Amino acid sequence: MLIKKPSDIKSSEITGKETYWNRRKFLIQASAALATMAAGFSIPGLLEPSRAHGGTRLVGVRKSLLSADEPANSFKDITTYNNFYEFGTDKYAPARNAKDFITRPWTVAVEGEIRRPKVYDIDELKKLSPLEERTYRLRCVEGWSMVIPWVGFPLNALIRQVEPTSRAKYVEFISLLDPKQMPGQRRGVLDWPYNEGLRLGEATYPLTILAVGLYGEILPNQNGAPIRLVVPWKYGFKSIKSIVRIRFVEKQPLTSWMKAAPHEYGFYSNVNPEVHHPRWSQARERRIGEFGKRKTLLFNGYADQVAHLYQGMDLKSYF
Amino acid sequence: MKFLLWIKATAFLACLIPLALLGFDAYTDNLGANPIEVVTRSSGTWTLVFLLITLGVTPLRKIFGWQSLIKFRRMLGLYAFFYAFLHFTTYIWLDQFFDFAEIIKDVAKRPFITAGFLSFVLLMPLALTSTSGMIRRLGRRWQQLHRLTYVIAIGGVVHFLWLVKADIRRPLIYGSILTLLLACRLAMRCRLALPARLSRAHKEVPIEPFIGDPATPGRE
Repeated sequence: MLIKKPSDIKSSEITGKETYWNRRKFLIQASAALATMAAGFSIPGLLEPSRAHGGTRLVGVRKSLLSADEPANSFKDITTYNNFYEFGTDKYAPARNAKDFITRPWTVAVEGEIRRPKVYDIDELKKLSPLEERTYRLRCVEGWSMVIPWVGFPLNALIRQVEPTSRAKYVEFISLLDPKQMPGQRRGVLDWPYNEGLRLGEATYPLTILAVGLYGEILPNQNGAPIRLVVPWKYGFKSIKSIVRIRFVEKQPLTSWMKAAPHEYGFYSNVNPEVHHPRWSQARERRIGEFGKRKTLLFNGYADQVAHLYQGMDLKSYF
Repeated sequence: MKFLLWIKATAFLACLIPLALLGFDAYTDNLGANPIEVVTRSSGTWTLVFLLITLGVTPLRKIFGWQSLIKFRRMLGLYAFFYAFLHFTTYIWLDQFFDFAEIIKDVAKRPFITAGFLSFVLLMPLALTSTSGMIRRLGRRWQQLHRLTYVIAIGGVVHFLWLVKADIRRPLIYGSILTLLLACRLAMRCRLALPARLSRAHKEVPIEPFIGDPATPGRE
């Protein structure tokens, strides 16, 4: 399998990132030091942007050069405003309803057209490849967007281990089915369990990651704990949460949203300002935290990296 | 009379509570990650609620005999318009930023926008003709004109139904209530029309006042 490495990162961007990180590191250390010294005093202005949110910190996280050079949204915004229909269809519901979601023990069954099928424990998966911080843009099909510092590893690291056979053309992902824990599954809003899919070439592409963390900490329940997919050039719903099964298949899987509304949600669902949702325009988006609206970018701004995956395809018919 | 005035004043202020809460949440920075969306949703929701309450006045009067409810109908209807105006302004300003080329495209191409836009446009003449003077001047035509409320409410529910992604529970709730309210009117109309048809001699049975009550000042 030929994997094209993104060679288009300008050196200026890399420098910018380093400075950015140094500043961050300084602030983290400074705030930590301040917190220790000032024990009991809270100086919110000085402590920001603190990266300590009370969750468990992930150790040995490397910064990835594939990160977007944009300021990330706040931890609060990312963890209180998102879609996770298993915990309710309101975007404020997951934060409320996923509080007691049990994510341990957790296994992910990897199966199908592969030479080495296996049931992975979540801890084993996390050690599969060094954890990286990947700050990605996320564009929701509803017309809003965020910038999110995920922590994870390339899905390809897992794919290489399980050795897909020549019959493996697609990868199907399946979320947990547990109506007891997931109140949203008690209603038939979607055909549960949630499932999603990628072409093998999309799944092995270096930008595609399995995320286990956010802002340097273990992934909060409401954001898809303990492990979720992140495909930054596709609409958010493709990035399936709380994965329990990954299946390599020959035929294109029928995803939850394709089943729910086949004319509205296609298999590819690449972010595209020219290809509208039948009911609303996709030309612009509201970046959370901003007043005005931004122009939506082709492939969510990752066109230089991923456009070649769709060469010769009519993106309007393969929406 | 003084008592009624007090009730009216209280109702007037109560109808402003949704807006006050929104303002309070905005002031205390409690509108969440996407405040503009909250304002849009809230104003849309309250438009529908006030439309349904307004349409509930006549059935409630007929069923429970609460005749004095009619004295609140104009205010409730105008509040529906008030929240619709907020909703529309949010769209024009905070969603489209006065990009009229985009707005026209949106209205023409997106059925849910078309439905919402039409409903708002139809609400405007009703708000404009809500004064006592206009009611007097328009007479019988006032009633006919204000039956547009049915179309507006249906348009509003359809607007909501067409914009949701998958969870149609809430639009269905509004839709059910609206269906019930319209069914009440139909039932009342049939009950009244029946004897009229049976006895040919009484062709001029006054059907109209039963369906849409002319809230003429004289009747108040």
